[in-house]
Amino acid sequence: MINSLFLINPSGEIFLEKHWKSVVSRSVCDYFLEAKEKALEPEDVPPVIHTPHHYLISIYRDKLFFLSVIQTEVPPLFVIEFLHRVAEMIQDYFGECSETVVKDHMVMVYELLEEMLDNGFPLATESNVLKEMIRPPTILRSVVNTLTGTSNVGDTLPTGQLSTIPWRRAGVRYTNNEAYFDVVEEIDAILDQSGTTVFAEIQGVVEACVKLSGMPDLTLSFMNPRLLDDVSFHPCVRYKLWESERVLSFIPPDGNFTLMTYHVNAQNLVAIPVYVKQSISFFECGSDGRLDVTVGPKQTMGKTVEGVMVTVHLPKTILSINLTATQGSYTYDNGTKLLVWDIGKLNPQKLPNLRGSLSLQAGAPKPEENPSLNIDLKIQQLAISGLKVNRLDMFGEKYKPFKGVKYITKAGKFQVRT
Amino acid sequence: MSASSAFNDEKGGSSNVGEPEYGHDPASGGIFSSDYKRHDDLKEMLDSNKDSLKLEAMKRIVAMIARGKNASDLFPAVVKNVACKNIEVKKLVYVYLVRYAEEQQDLALLSISTFQRGLKDPNQLIRASALRVLSSIRVTIIVPIMMLAIKEAASDMSPYVRKTAAHAIPKLYSLDPEQKDCLIEVIEKLLADKTTLVAGSVVMAFEEVCPERIDLIHKNYRKLCNLLIDVEEWGQVVIINMLTRYARTQFLNPNMNESLLEEGGGEKAFYGSDNDDDTDDEEDKEEKEKKKTEATAIVKRKPYVMDPDHRLLLRNTKPLLQSRNAAVVMAVAQLYFHLAPKAEVGVIAKALVRLMRSHSEVQYVVLQNVATMSIKRRGMFEPYLKSFYIRSTDPTQIKVLKLEVLTNLANETNISTILREFQTYIKSNDKDFVAATIQAIGRCATNIGEVRDTCLNGLVQLLSNRDELVVAESVVVIKKLLQMQPEQHSDIIKHMAKLTDNIQVPMARASILWLIGEYCEHVPKIAPDVLRKMAKTFTNEEDIVKLQIINLAAKLYLTNSKQTKLLTQYVLNLAKYDQNYDIRDRARFIRQLIVPTDKSGALSKYAKKLFLALKPAPVLESPFKDRDHFQLGSLSHLLNAKAGGYQVLPDWPEAAPDPSVRNVEVKESVPEWTKCSSREKRKEKKADKPFYSDSEGESGPTESADSASDTASGSESGSGSEESGSGSESEESNEESESASEEDEEEEGKKKKKNVEKIKARKPVPESESEPSSGEDVKKSEKKSKPRIGSSESESEEDDDSESESSESEEEESEEESEEETKKKKKTTASKPPSKPPKKENKKEKKEMSLLDFDDFDPAPSPSQVTPLNNFLSSSLVTDLEGLSLTDNVLSPTTIVPSGNLKTYELLHRITGEGLSVEYCFSRQPFSPDPHMVAVKIQFTNSATSEAKSLHMEDAKLQSGMRIKEFPEIEVLPAGETVSVVMGIDFCDSTQAANFQLCTHTRKFFVSIQPPVGELMMPIFMTENEFKKEQEMLLQSLGQLMGMNEITEKLTLEEKCQGEHAVVQRVTTAANLSRVPCGSDKECSHPVPPPPFPIHRFAGKTVTSGSLVLVSVVTKEDGAAQLTVNCEKMVIGTMLVKDILQALTQ
Repeated sequence: MINSLFLINPSGEIFLEKHWKSVVSRSVCDYFLEAKEKALEPEDVPPVIHTPHHYLISIYRDKLFFLSVIQTEVPPLFVIEFLHRVAEMIQDYFGECSETVVKDHMVMVYELLEEMLDNGFPLATESNVLKEMIRPPTILRSVVNTLTGTSNVGDTLPTGQLSTIPWRRAGVRYTNNEAYFDVVEEIDAILDQSGTTVFAEIQGVVEACVKLSGMPDLTLSFMNPRLLDDVSFHPCVRYKLWESERVLSFIPPDGNFTLMTYHVNAQNLVAIPVYVKQSISFFECGSDGRLDVTVGPKQTMGKTVEGVMVTVHLPKTILSINLTATQGSYTYDNGTKLLVWDIGKLNPQKLPNLRGSLSLQAGAPKPEENPSLNIDLKIQQLAISGLKVNRLDMFGEKYKPFKGVKYITKAGKFQVRT
Repeated sequence: MSASSAFNDEKGGSSNVGEPEYGHDPASGGIFSSDYKRHDDLKEMLDSNKDSLKLEAMKRIVAMIARGKNASDLFPAVVKNVACKNIEVKKLVYVYLVRYAEEQQDLALLSISTFQRGLKDPNQLIRASALRVLSSIRVTIIVPIMMLAIKEAASDMSPYVRKTAAHAIPKLYSLDPEQKDCLIEVIEKLLADKTTLVAGSVVMAFEEVCPERIDLIHKNYRKLCNLLIDVEEWGQVVIINMLTRYARTQFLNPNMNESLLEEGGGEKAFYGSDNDDDTDDEEDKEEKEKKKTEATAIVKRKPYVMDPDHRLLLRNTKPLLQSRNAAVVMAVAQLYFHLAPKAEVGVIAKALVRLMRSHSEVQYVVLQNVATMSIKRRGMFEPYLKSFYIRSTDPTQIKVLKLEVLTNLANETNISTILREFQTYIKSNDKDFVAATIQAIGRCATNIGEVRDTCLNGLVQLLSNRDELVVAESVVVIKKLLQMQPEQHSDIIKHMAKLTDNIQVPMARASILWLIGEYCEHVPKIAPDVLRKMAKTFTNEEDIVKLQIINLAAKLYLTNSKQTKLLTQYVLNLAKYDQNYDIRDRARFIRQLIVPTDKSGALSKYAKKLFLALKPAPVLESPFKDRDHFQLGSLSHLLNAKAGGYQVLPDWPEAAPDPSVRNVEVKESVPEWTKCSSREKRKEKKADKPFYSDSEGESGPTESADSASDTASGSESGSGSEESGSGSESEESNEESESASEEDEEEEGKKKKKNVEKIKARKPVPESESEPSSGEDVKKSEKKSKPRIGSSESESEEDDDSESESSESEEEESEEESEEETKKKKKTTASKPPSKPPKKENKKEKKEMSLLDFDDFDPAPSPSQVTPLNNFLSSSLVTDLEGLSLTDNVLSPTTIVPSGNLKTYELLHRITGEGLSVEYCFSRQPFSPDPHMVAVKIQFTNSATSEAKSLHMEDAKLQSGMRIKEFPEIEVLPAGETVSVVMGIDFCDSTQAANFQLCTHTRKFFVSIQPPVGELMMPIFMTENEFKKEQEMLLQSLGQLMGMNEITEKLTLEEKCQGEHAVVQRVTTAANLSRVPCGSDKECSHPVPPPPFPIHRFAGKTVTSGSLVLVSVVTKEDGAAQLTVNCEKMVIGTMLVKDILQALTQ
């Protein structure tokens, strides 16, 4: 299956390699680097590249390329999914996934990779299992390790590996037993020039942070489960109970995990929390243009909209901009032509506005298309679909856990065409 | 940078030269700044006895490996630490080994013994990790060791170890594909495993080793379906993909009737398919179908009934669409696409659309598959049309794919929405994307007649676009569209003619010229003018445009020669002197064709027909059409080319194969290990939990249940009683029987075991009865006793009988042999007789015990009298025979293998040797001139008519260290005569051939002698005690590093070869060894019950170096046997095992 893995930074330097079968010379990456050179953006590099003897499957994530080398037929998604798990594992262990972090923990990353695959086939990818085999670094532990000479490597194989519940480690003990659930909903939308909705949908996810002792068996139920159209679950969720009773019944993994993701029934109209008035125009004759954007709240169910941010990829022919914002501040990177306007909290009384002039490079033609606006926003304590958690019950353990639910609505891929 | 240059020299070709170093990595510290010393430094740290220093060194080394630096020169220093106590050091050493063992095979062998020991560890985790590393070091020479380890691990108690065994299978296979047959056996065994842990891994092994052996799946099909939901996600992917293939070979096409309809129904079925897909109303649909069937009068078929197993698969995979793992979802989706009835395929759309929100790489792959699916099953994705709308932030490749899907989904009802979307896209800054959009519009226009004009108008508007690429692409697409209905669009052609002034893209210019030429009748006034302009710029045009100018000229000449004759001439003349020979050729060809001259041939008459023939309109097709002959979701599908190792998705069979092959006994099909739906069941499992978390970890009910049923199935029966020597084993078996009592089926197994014991206990009696009488009587009485046992055991099951019989017959055989040998006046190699008496004594004891247990047994007359007599007799016999065997030792090889039996090999054939044929054999006599040489007897036969003179040898080409002692020259060999000589060769304990020339007075022949490994040794005499001592010495003395001199292999003896004599004969034929008389040490170890089956031991030493070679063959019931070879020389040991194996099994 997966033969080798190379980690490559954006400048094309290979800074980690791991082979699970015979060593493949790193020169195989040249094909990839060639494709990378051709691509304008790192995202444009084709995920699957066919070379004379190998297939290269890569992902771009956190400003790093994870490149795997394949020799025979294998479902490409299998590899892609695994590469993302590697990235998530690094994130999980060291707090972030970046070149520096990997270089700082080279040996540990290498050991983790060794455990994750055997002969190119996944062996242990559950975070709970891995963490028992190789403990994540903490400041305290690294001090202890240097003093006592003990190591981060667990001396037993995790029991999870052997049980029918591989995602949970055994013998969990907490003094404070708590279970938190975050219902996060994202609005994906495309609005056209006039502000009408071309396409909108709500995608939700229930993130959990469960720190409960022993082997708790939880049941989470919703007030209005009919809202949920399409769902996907963490392996711990019993699918049959969901089918019959529409409740989530599961033995949770220890720590943070994504319990489920869902898609809200398409029949429900999606409330778009903000409206955007914009006019971007370029003059035919002169090398000038104007930009005027106003953002205002629309259907917010009485909550305030926070963290509003407008991102615009300006055309390549822009020379410079001169804008003023009535609220918040904007940044502009002339290299990437990226304009970011950070508004913050939306005040219904005084609508934030950004206006000013754009100057084009001399002699450059008027851009064909006006750049579209990408909107970011956040609404606390609201699930825009109206989804509500009913109750959480625990079986199998005696103690009374502390429970909490939080709702957040965010903008997902929220785009305004201009 | 002297340091770095030195470093580069050292690391060789494997890594990039001149790559920057990273000083800031704490693991590497400043090592790279100092030069060669760094490795000395590391070596020193590794040699120290402080674990912390070792750990530090190993961390640095692994960091080097991770960075792709060469650390291979540290191999010897690292490998020493393989047995280190510190777990982290050990792990890092393993990491290092796995990386470099392939490059340093010899040194890697030093570590093998550690893993071999690990394989026997009571802790399952250590067993598993030992197997994992052992199988990961790619060293060919340990293939037999690996094979053995895998076989053993495959029947391990712990499912985790069995999983590791499954992982090891493809590793071994890639190392040595010749092991395939053996591996398939292991796979077959593991496929029967009932734990979820193993299922995914073994199917993966199956797919890599023997995907064509689909028959192995039959029995496990239902179990796999039921287990599926609880298998870990990666395993699910593999299993689902495999089951898709399986189902395609075993079930009938559920869309059988519909696919026929599609062919017959034409347009309606094609465009209207969306309705069919969405209707849940089965009845309605069926009715419709019936009508259609009648209308189209399709050959009547039996009504299709889905195989319940087919249904089972569909039902059990469906929940997995909800998996968080994109690969699993995709796997289920492709399964449904390939296997489900059309009406049910729709369920996958939602899940696939969900994946579209995932990472862009996932989107990319999913979109590729959706594109293929949407051609066949358009209706499925239509409700999700908007999910494929394109955002400006999407990467180009995603945009293009979404466009493809949108185009595929377009139909009369949604085309207006789609075209509106397309209008937005055309304004994009991403020009590749715009070009793709224009193509897409063209395709929509060709597919949907209603919007053709709208599209055309839209495209014509694009012709005034400022971007040339857009215009060019539009021209190309318009050209294709116009070809469909040129009459109505002369204005568009005129418009395009005007464009020639501005447009520079060659492809677009060429397209316009072609259009004008093709439809010159519609634009009779403009066409000549265009030609005029083109003639002016001819020399500056691109080749593709030039060709079209010539083309245009020719066409105009044919239709309107009055106006264009001169222009044509001019263009052709220009073309005649063009640099490009294609253009020159074309000009010449066209001139001949169109300009009438006296010489012009018959073709010119048809010129008009040739040039102005009606051209069929091009079909704009999706590049994804027919891609579904590749299994969706596969790499091959994505690349649209067959990737290595791709298994073709077979077509549905015409008639369903026998479904009963999947039937298994009821108990197996119970989905015992599936995720329990009810809470109570879950709780039961939880109650079991403590077992798993036990430090022992092996007493879990899962494992024991498995192993118990294993024994019940008979594959491993008897192992418990045999291996009772080691403590842990017996503990396990105890546990086994404990847990067995819980369940019925296992209880049976237990019973069986008891019965076996019973029988064993009874057997000795008849023997002791007949003891005083002669050998013949022994046999007879034993034969008589058989039915008696049968009758007394009348309530026992049948297989018990057979078991008892087989074990008995073996007993009998050995008995027989020993008698024979005594008859041979005790001359033969002392073997059985000395061992017999103590055995019998033991049996006596046992029998007495059994008397207490089973009082239904009729005791033999006066056993107490017989016993002492027997003892007396036997002990004296022992001493006698022992003495004899000592003296016999030297003779033994000759007695066992008479020289007539020696295998002869051909050295020179009669024909190549021009009448002289030469054969050789290994005489197995010591070569007196030099004891370190192997004696080779060479026999010359002169079958020619004339005599051969001065036969001698010369010019020996030998491997270093090898020596030859030539045979004396034969002066004359008369015709028809035969002569034998003996020569000696010192092969240096290797099987390298000795090459030399054989000369006669006229000719020279190149010949070579290659010894079988068995001839590289000579027999030595040893008693059993000595043998055991030596064996232990070999295992221990050389320490952990050299201790890898034991190779064990399991085999099944052929029926003919189950007797003791046959075994001995075959082994000694295969190798020049002497038999070790066995049983002599039993006297001092009475309490140990006699081995139910004999162990044959053989000893010898290699000729050159005198290293010991110890071989033992342990026979078990039913012809099963285990062969163990101990030899310091790894290579010899390995080869010897192979040879003996072959000898014993063939």
